[in-house]
Amino acid sequence: MSVIIILLSVSICIAGGFLISFLWSVKDGQFDDVESPSQRMLFESKSIKK
Amino acid sequence: MQITKPKIVTKCFHCGELCNNENIKSYDKNFCCNGCKMIFEILNENDLCEYYNLNKHPGIDRKIVTRKDKFAFLDDIAIQQKIIQFTDGKQAQINLYLPQIHCSSCLYLLENIFVLNKGIIQSKINFSKKEIFIAYEVNKTTLRDIVETLNSIGYEPYLSLQNFDGNVNKSFDRTRWYKIGVAGFCFGNIMMMSFADYFANNNIIDSKIQVFFKVVSVLLALPVLFYAASEFFVSAFKALQNKYLNLDLPVALALIITFVRSIYEIFNGSGNGYLDSMSGIVFFMLIGRWLQSRTYQSLSFDRDYKSFFPIAINVIKDGIITPTQIEQLKVNDIIQIHANEIIPVDAILSKGFANIDYSFVSGESEPVLKNIGEIIYAGGKQKNGLIELVVSKEVAQSYLTNLWNNPVFQKDNEPASQNVYDIIGKYFTYVVLIIGLLAGGYWFLQNQYGKMWNAITTVLIVACPCALLLAKNYTHGNMLRIFANLKFYVRNASIIEKLTQINHIVLDKTGTLTQVNTSKVRYNGMQMDENMRVLVASLLQHSNHPNSKAVFEFLNVKSFLTIQNFKEIEGKGIEGWVNDTHIKIGSEKFIGAGYNNQIKGTKVIIKIDEDIIGEYLIANKYRFGISALIASLKNHYTLSLLSGDNDAELNSIENLFGTESEIHFNQTPQQKLNYIKDLQTKHSLKVLMVGDGLNDAGALKQSNIGIAVADDTNSFTPACDAIINGNSLPYLYKFLAFAKLGKRIILFTFAFSAVYNIIGLTYAVQGILSPVIAAILMPISSITIIILSYSLVEVFSIKSFRQLKPKL
Repeated sequence: MSVIIILLSVSICIAGGFLISFLWSVKDGQFDDVESPSQRMLFESKSIKK
Repeated sequence: MQITKPKIVTKCFHCGELCNNENIKSYDKNFCCNGCKMIFEILNENDLCEYYNLNKHPGIDRKIVTRKDKFAFLDDIAIQQKIIQFTDGKQAQINLYLPQIHCSSCLYLLENIFVLNKGIIQSKINFSKKEIFIAYEVNKTTLRDIVETLNSIGYEPYLSLQNFDGNVNKSFDRTRWYKIGVAGFCFGNIMMMSFADYFANNNIIDSKIQVFFKVVSVLLALPVLFYAASEFFVSAFKALQNKYLNLDLPVALALIITFVRSIYEIFNGSGNGYLDSMSGIVFFMLIGRWLQSRTYQSLSFDRDYKSFFPIAINVIKDGIITPTQIEQLKVNDIIQIHANEIIPVDAILSKGFANIDYSFVSGESEPVLKNIGEIIYAGGKQKNGLIELVVSKEVAQSYLTNLWNNPVFQKDNEPASQNVYDIIGKYFTYVVLIIGLLAGGYWFLQNQYGKMWNAITTVLIVACPCALLLAKNYTHGNMLRIFANLKFYVRNASIIEKLTQINHIVLDKTGTLTQVNTSKVRYNGMQMDENMRVLVASLLQHSNHPNSKAVFEFLNVKSFLTIQNFKEIEGKGIEGWVNDTHIKIGSEKFIGAGYNNQIKGTKVIIKIDEDIIGEYLIANKYRFGISALIASLKNHYTLSLLSGDNDAELNSIENLFGTESEIHFNQTPQQKLNYIKDLQTKHSLKVLMVGDGLNDAGALKQSNIGIAVADDTNSFTPACDAIINGNSLPYLYKFLAFAKLGKRIILFTFAFSAVYNIIGLTYAVQGILSPVIAAILMPISSITIIILSYSLVEVFSIKSFRQLKPKL
């Protein structure tokens, strides 16, 4: 049963990794605009000429 | 019974406005103007019609055509350097603010503009900030080209060189994301640690493992308390320093209590604490605040962008004078400013004698003499006669609106608004604390300590003051926007509230009830030769009074003499000198009794040197819809009419107003002011005055609310509280009714929130409400209030104003 301590520690570390990626992505500016990505996905891509 | 045939109206395919001209067509689609048609054709040629598939009528009307060289200033390297954010010689990157972005069609079109301008490498929209990021090749296109492309499809960038500190906002917004992220992570993981606690009693688990759970929970709770929740503590502490309790205090207290209690129980061994609830509280409250700030952002954007100052200025081009709206003035335009008009843009004096009163801008009422060639700044008021200026800088609309809201113009008869909602807000925190203490005290006496702590914390959290703060602000903000769309420009939100308290309305006649430009003028008197007519017209030119303008147009003189020592006496007349000749024009009293005539009417008498030459009789035309307006207003308000004219039209006015209303003629501006003062002091009435901005300035200021009527004129006085377009004036009763409706909407949302509070508190004081549930209910209630207030205002505005505008 004490293996649960190891399990939980590892899972917290993994979750922590996700937290860090979230914080990094905010810093990178990915959350500055939350409305356009939802619209953008539905457009048909225009072929880039030339 | 007559059945009216429905009129078939076509809507413009591009922008949705009504098409008055059936001939503007392309590919079987109708357009309201050539501007819209052009944009459609551009998109069609480039295979971008998906724009129209994504949304109906996604465009904005293009009736105002921009001239070709409007963006010529972008060729200037210095200006480019301010706008271009990055360049390495090959590529350049810019960020432009496009206020017209409002839907997915905009997004689609703007991210595909590389089709229209080959030099653009990439464009990306930030929808909430309404900004477009463009990367382009320097040798294939220029900044000016790009802006012109954007303009050609209807998205003219708002270029204000002061706007480039937008970067500050970005980093500030992000801290909230960080906090939400940290709070969410800790909340979830603490809950995971507490899993065992939820399902079973403590006997099943090893004590070693239990210790591990508790230690980790405490460790995770620390960043929540000290980092994520910091804004609550800081705000509550600052308020305490200033000796008052603000609304963050209950939350801060709840957090501290929960944390301390949990730590105590954990180290005591008596329990597992409530750290999951504490972090849950923080997490959900932060989300609630984020939602609130987003909604508020979109509201205030509307106000700033659309604060059009509805003033028209005469622009002289090739000898022809055209009244033009402020936003269409361009650099190097020659504008004409009359006596007592406000100069709306920075401009250089080119002709005439300028005596400028800057009280609008600086509060200084001592006028300043300006010479030809000197620059006069926006907001100054010309005190002498006519001047001509060359526009040197196009000024942002919001600059003038900000001046208008300068506290210098706060009226003295306004006590700081102490209405029910503000009082409740102040005492709310006290009441909440007291309830919390009482509930806690009760359970303490019952020796139920668990319930005691629960009751205290949940009472502190569940009591939501949202309605008090949000409902009023959002409702008024929405109403301001709707009014401005209908050409009723209110100075700020507090005026809307004052509108509901009005019980008496005073109306001016000339220029308010009557329309100026469509007057019929007749001349009676000595035959005037060309010289005399030029003399008279030259003097009339300087004045902006409706009567002066009517006679001036009637005379139709094209060349003018220079007038010296021009003087205008409000409501009476004007005078001036040309070389040695003295000219005086005005009412009978002003000229000095000496000319008697049986015919009564609005008279403008001409006197040159000592001789009275003749008089002009002006028949005024009443605005369309005025009788309906008066009839509707009479039902709810007592009315008065104060006119500077003589009583020639007494009969027609009495027909309009009926016999209960007071009607006074031959009023001087001072008499009007005194009359209003009387009503306010002797009869304790709240007075609304509708008048002409120039001549009724004093009365407008004295009244509780002053509304200036503006057609194509610059008759604005800073002391007025609202400006209404002449065409919208007949609907004044609808605006007043809507303001009253707004009051009821606020009351309703407030009642809604009160009910919610009562139900929540009932559960909370019994100690059976879990803190996490309480924390979730907070943002839910905020959201519901916002949605409720917004939808109620929208729905009722569509109902109330259906006849005014087909598309709101």
